Amino acid sequence: MAQPATEHVDDASAHAQHDDHAHGKQSAWTKYMWSTDHKVICMQYLITGAIMAVIGGYFAYAFRMQLAFPAQSVPGFGLVTPHMYNSLVTNHGTIMIFWVAMPVLIAAFGNYLIPLMCGCDDMVFPRLNRLSFQIFLLSAVVLMAAFFVENGAFGGAWTAYPPLSANSAYNLTPSGQTLWVVAVALEFVAFLLGGINFVTTAMNSRAPGLTMWRLPLVVWMIVLASIMFMASVGPLVAGAVMLLFDQLAGTGFYDPARGGDPVLWQHLFWFFGHPEVYVVLLPAMGIIGEIIPVFARKKFFAYKVVVYTAIATGLLSFFVWAHHQFISGIDPRMANVFTVTTVIISVPLAEMCFLYIATLYGGKITLPTPMLWALAFMAEFLIGGVTGIFCGASGSDLYFHDTYFVLAHFHYTFFPIAVIAVFAGITYWFPKMTGKFMSERLGKIHFWGTIISYNVIFLPLFVLGAAGQHRRIYNYNHFPDLAVPWMQNLRILATVAFLVLLAFQLVFIWNLVQSLSKGKPAGKNPYNANTLEWATESPPGHGNFATMPTVYRGPYEYSHPDREDDWWPQHEPPAENAGDGEDA
Amino acid sequence: MISSLIESLSTYSESVDNVILLIAVLVGFWFLACEAVFFWFIWKFRDRGQKAMYIEGTKKEEKKFINIPHMLVLVCDIVIIIMAIRVWVDVKQTLPPADATIGVHGQQWSWTFKHPGPDSKLGTADDIDTAHDLHVEVGKTYHFKLTSEDVMHSFSVPVFRLKQDAVPGREITGWFKATAPGEYDIQCAEMCGIGHGIMGGRIHIETAAQHASWMAKQASSIAATGDAPPVVALEGK
Repeated sequence: MAQPATEHVDDASAHAQHDDHAHGKQSAWTKYMWSTDHKVICMQYLITGAIMAVIGGYFAYAFRMQLAFPAQSVPGFGLVTPHMYNSLVTNHGTIMIFWVAMPVLIAAFGNYLIPLMCGCDDMVFPRLNRLSFQIFLLSAVVLMAAFFVENGAFGGAWTAYPPLSANSAYNLTPSGQTLWVVAVALEFVAFLLGGINFVTTAMNSRAPGLTMWRLPLVVWMIVLASIMFMASVGPLVAGAVMLLFDQLAGTGFYDPARGGDPVLWQHLFWFFGHPEVYVVLLPAMGIIGEIIPVFARKKFFAYKVVVYTAIATGLLSFFVWAHHQFISGIDPRMANVFTVTTVIISVPLAEMCFLYIATLYGGKITLPTPMLWALAFMAEFLIGGVTGIFCGASGSDLYFHDTYFVLAHFHYTFFPIAVIAVFAGITYWFPKMTGKFMSERLGKIHFWGTIISYNVIFLPLFVLGAAGQHRRIYNYNHFPDLAVPWMQNLRILATVAFLVLLAFQLVFIWNLVQSLSKGKPAGKNPYNANTLEWATESPPGHGNFATMPTVYRGPYEYSHPDREDDWWPQHEPPAENAGDGEDA
Repeated sequence: MISSLIESLSTYSESVDNVILLIAVLVGFWFLACEAVFFWFIWKFRDRGQKAMYIEGTKKEEKKFINIPHMLVLVCDIVIIIMAIRVWVDVKQTLPPADATIGVHGQQWSWTFKHPGPDSKLGTADDIDTAHDLHVEVGKTYHFKLTSEDVMHSFSVPVFRLKQDAVPGREITGWFKATAPGEYDIQCAEMCGIGHGIMGGRIHIETAAQHASWMAKQASSIAATGDAPPVVALEGK
């Protein structure tokens, strides 16, 4: 098998692994649970993430029903007690961020796309890659186990502020609290292993001619996100270990009675927690950044500047964490510093959005399902972006903090990231992953059903938050000012819209099943796209490329004036005497 | 904007609402402008058989379309930062002289309050302790001393636009001054355990006469029984 470059490190061990697989007989167990193939590991992450998304969605169904119809038994769930309500919202948040957004956006797409787009045969450390998924799977099992132990799962919010989370006398879930911390810590270990792989592979295994400035944006974004994750997670892992000691060994890191400080956890948590937002945002922006040029037939507007804005956003995101803590008892003067950094982060992010919109200018835009999802991401994420200013400026956050306004704001960021961008990516790369097309008709029904109902869920929550409705309350009838009919009607509206959204997901599942069995064959490159994953078979075989590609130009050379075709694949050798001065 | 949804009843609530309105106008402009340009491009450059343009976005005359809006965003940011910090400094960093001081204590899962008695001093024998109900007088500047028994709570009075976390092991001082009488919710805005959903209270903003009569009733009750009248922590549930 041809090797991409002499830069390929550790290829001996990578190949030892491949040879095990290529030549030995394998049971399904070996093939699907012990594979080191990056494409199989992508599927493992994707399927585990989808199962966790169903669980997280089921939790949301139970607590949204409780909010709309308080104290009535929820069909398919039962009565939601206050304790159960807290466990559901806590684990809904934990699952959707750590067990859905992270594995799908970074691990699944990173695993699938980085080797294919870099033109190499697998990750640099395939066995580490396998270990990453296995630890991730274990962490998911540990998290879910908490629902089956005595006193149930931890219910102290996904932020797990001590002393509530540090002492079972306060949270009343002695086993659940520990399982939660252990699951989160294991999940971090899994993503540290994955992150090492993504960065190393993109740095060392690129095809000949594939310079960093010829990498597709999504590879850049996943690499930057992995670096940010690895740089920010250390303090939180240390914090989690201290929390575990407080729970089990009777230490007092967060106990003021023994000289500890409960606010310390908040610093450690949010020092990770805010970069984490951008850790999941950047891969989503990357996915969208692959789709828009293809269906606009346009070169990316100022490609290098997009990368610079991503780097600037990433760096700035390490200096904004205390905007989650304006009113938490930190020195109020600190809030001024963090207001400045937080509001200023809108500058690189706004610039990034401008560049994406500018890419549409002068295009030849078609609207198949993946493009609809990609454009919807831009339109919806803007709402999440601009409402963030209200939460990041101290003078307005002192009212909005811990209200549904904040909740609606971050669902307008995380839903586009973890749902809209993921559907964009799945529908776009489905032909590559399976060799078959998905149904456009069903795809569009699913798209419009999801987008419309999604807005009807979350727009009313901005209004409820602005009217003073605070978060994590299982029954607003206990608060006379919030128990008024118009507010309850908005709660019911949001819940009904959520049920509609759930129903439309059945269309997607049906589309998936239908397309897998009788989708039209897609061929190598159904969209006439430029990047390297379209240079190989669909689905790519073991080792990815029959002949290892060489790269001659940047990823977005669409509609080049010197060419009749409106696309120019990265791996197509330049014509004789044409020169190759068209670096990105 | 906010005051059409919820009353604005403290001396600083209007300036908080004004910051929110200012941000709404500025980001609303950018939001509408971006969405308008975005959808206009999608419509104008739809596929009609044309060949797309080849734009690198590296020339000066191309970059200006990004750089000028970019600078304008920065200007808007600076305006927002200045206005937000002005309000913040007023609410959280300055402490106007107090007419009275109250104690606010959070515990799983109720608020208890300590009002100064007829001598207007906190920490003396005639203090009035209540659970769930806080009684204050219109037009008086109150300092509150916020403490927690066990876990993080957050003392939140939405009509005042006031919110402050209570941290165990610390006493945090803040202030408010009510502008009109009425009875409204007090919330706990920080997850504090199983009973977080019932941890609330009511603030009774009273005129001077109402407040005096409430205090006299409490004082006579203390004199008669040696204790304040019994209160039910979660009355009206």
